[in-house]
Amino acid sequence: MSGKSKNVIPSAPRRTAAALAATASLALLATACTGQSESGATDDPNARTTITFWHGWSAPAEAKAIQENVDRFEKAHPNITVKVVGNINDDKLNQALRAGGSNGPDVVSSFTTSNIGKFCSSGAFLDLKPFIEKSKLDLDKLIPKPMLDYTQFEGTRCALPLLGDAYGLYYNKDAFDKAGIKSPPKTWSEFAKVAEKLTVSKGDSYQQLGFMPTYHGYETVVDHYMSQWDHAYFDKDGKSNIAKDPAFAEMFTYQKKLIDDLGGFQKLEKYRNTFGDEWGAKHPFQTGQVAMQLDGEWRLGMAKDAGVDFEIGTAPMPVADDEADEYGKGFLSGTIIGIDPQSEKQNAAWELVKYLTTDTEAVVSFANAIHNVPSTFAALKSPDLKVDPGFKTFLDIAQNPHSNTPPASVNGSTYQTTLQDFGYQYESGKVTDLKAGLEKTAEQIDTDIEQAK
Amino acid sequence: MPTHTLRAKRRRSALRTVAFLSPWLIGFGVFFAYPLVSTVYFSLMKYDGFGTPAFRGLGNWAYVFNDYPLFWPALRNTLWLVLVMVSCRVVFGLGIGLLITKIKTGTGVFRTLFYLPYLAPPVAATLAFVFLLNPGTGPVNSVLDGLGLPTPGWFTDPTWSKPALTALALWGVGDLMVIFMAALLDVPKEQYEAAELDGTSAWQRFRYVTLPNISPIVMFAVVTGVIQTMQYYTQPLVAGKVASGIIGGSGQQFEPGYPDKSTLTLPQLVYNLGFQRFDYGSACVVALVLFALAMAFTALLMRRRGGLIQAGD
Repeated sequence: MSGKSKNVIPSAPRRTAAALAATASLALLATACTGQSESGATDDPNARTTITFWHGWSAPAEAKAIQENVDRFEKAHPNITVKVVGNINDDKLNQALRAGGSNGPDVVSSFTTSNIGKFCSSGAFLDLKPFIEKSKLDLDKLIPKPMLDYTQFEGTRCALPLLGDAYGLYYNKDAFDKAGIKSPPKTWSEFAKVAEKLTVSKGDSYQQLGFMPTYHGYETVVDHYMSQWDHAYFDKDGKSNIAKDPAFAEMFTYQKKLIDDLGGFQKLEKYRNTFGDEWGAKHPFQTGQVAMQLDGEWRLGMAKDAGVDFEIGTAPMPVADDEADEYGKGFLSGTIIGIDPQSEKQNAAWELVKYLTTDTEAVVSFANAIHNVPSTFAALKSPDLKVDPGFKTFLDIAQNPHSNTPPASVNGSTYQTTLQDFGYQYESGKVTDLKAGLEKTAEQIDTDIEQAK
Repeated sequence: MPTHTLRAKRRRSALRTVAFLSPWLIGFGVFFAYPLVSTVYFSLMKYDGFGTPAFRGLGNWAYVFNDYPLFWPALRNTLWLVLVMVSCRVVFGLGIGLLITKIKTGTGVFRTLFYLPYLAPPVAATLAFVFLLNPGTGPVNSVLDGLGLPTPGWFTDPTWSKPALTALALWGVGDLMVIFMAALLDVPKEQYEAAELDGTSAWQRFRYVTLPNISPIVMFAVVTGVIQTMQYYTQPLVAGKVASGIIGGSGQQFEPGYPDKSTLTLPQLVYNLGFQRFDYGSACVVALVLFALAMAFTALLMRRRGGLIQAGD
């Protein structure tokens, strides 16, 4: 038996090992089939054609809303038929953009705003400048500046914003009334007092937590906090500025103190583990487990759908005490839309991109349907825009000139991930020397960017 | 026979051999040799998947080994899983196999019960485990707490996250159980009878009869287990993402290898570098490290196996 097995068994592991290497290598090899970014489309935009549009929305109501917009576009452009493909994430998108081919998309969109640097610098998204010039669009007059900023990289405009997200403060009005708090806090020092006042302990846990400050508290991530301080991620030479700009140290210090004041990291982490899913009905703000939450404009609709039994208030997030004049600003991001450089129907694709991003009716109806912030000035002011008082807060944040988003980088959001990772280390007490930690993190960010260039 | 006729005969024979080997040769070339050479080539290039590759020399290697902060934690985790998870799976699979072969009644039911978890899709199984082991709301900690036992943080605690993944792997040990069961049933009964007549204990019968007979299967389980663990991707990624609470959203940064990089594995780095950061060169470096590790482990185990068989024989 053994002798027989000796002859049978040995080759199998070798083949499996070979298969492992082959699989890993092949996956990478497959990426060799690539296309180049080109401009100068030659297709006739008036010819009868079919284009393919990939988007990431998957919920039935969202898919219906985008289809209705596409139907309106087809009515206005009877020669162009649009094949809509939903539920596309960045991974699928990247693969299609690399592989090319006739089955690939013509119009592409992504929720990952921070990937714009990668998309523009690599040529994965087509440079839209020739099309914008041909259509004589003055983008500065059409689209708010922060949204224009996060759809270009180092002067290359490879995308346009397709609705936006604005982040602000949600608060439980009933809990505020009970605690005798009259209005939402406007500065971070006021915020800390309010958060403590709203916190009700229960044994070694909480009956109600004023605010979950940890970086795993869903949207309370480093870059969302940082938007409420005047800051610059990079200096004029493109080097990481996080160790030199005092705003970063201020934010990390403030957040750590807030954690300590609200019960300490371990106690908060234990409590966080009782929270439901961010996108489900058991979100801790909706269940009353936390009284305040940093979140995007979508939370309003989600909370109402979940049937919360308290009144919800919305406000901008507080700002640094010495920057009180900038109260009203917030973090912005949103969906970006562009054209696959390998598309053979780029002019027709541009017609769809232009329609979805600049036609007021299209932008307003889509914003109304999916409760996002419109991405043009005209749509923001449109009388057709459904605005309730809670949602107006986010429209104002979107138009605030101080609202901001992290700058695009050649390696996408890697620098934010690196900084966030440092945040985890610092908030948990694994790193105690903030200055040295920020310096080391800045070095890492610079090294990663150098590697990507 | 004239020399030229002999030569022609040999040439025809060689051609025939090559023709018979050609399916394998084509498969080997297309699916192994060429990708391997390409991976080595791209590991020396700067390439984002869109432009033209540019020569970078050993820059990617230096970056991965010296400057990429996730590489060493991922390597340590992968080695931990190879050593601990594979060992536990083999021992557990063998134990269950032994148990099943000893059961006299309801064998079919138990075989099915132990095999079924293996059929569960990895994502669904991982999600279920994360919820079961949730330190705040999961039933496992509720029971432990009720019994007055310590309640670990499981997937939220860097000390417990890999043991939790190991528990998940043990739950799905049905594949090994079936293989071991077949091997155990194949051990000649006469050898056990002879050993019993010699007055051996149960442990001695296992050590000197069972183990030598099934040692090739044990080695097969270990080698394939090592290679599978080198490719371990879905379970740690899903567990880390779900347990962290950050599963994606506009502007969100999830923590790779949550908690504290403890669930990061090398295949995750290949994906992160190649398909998320568009740094194909560095991704190829990590893929080659994986390849070298798999080869080294396999070579080591095959050498050890030779000794084991001799001892058994």
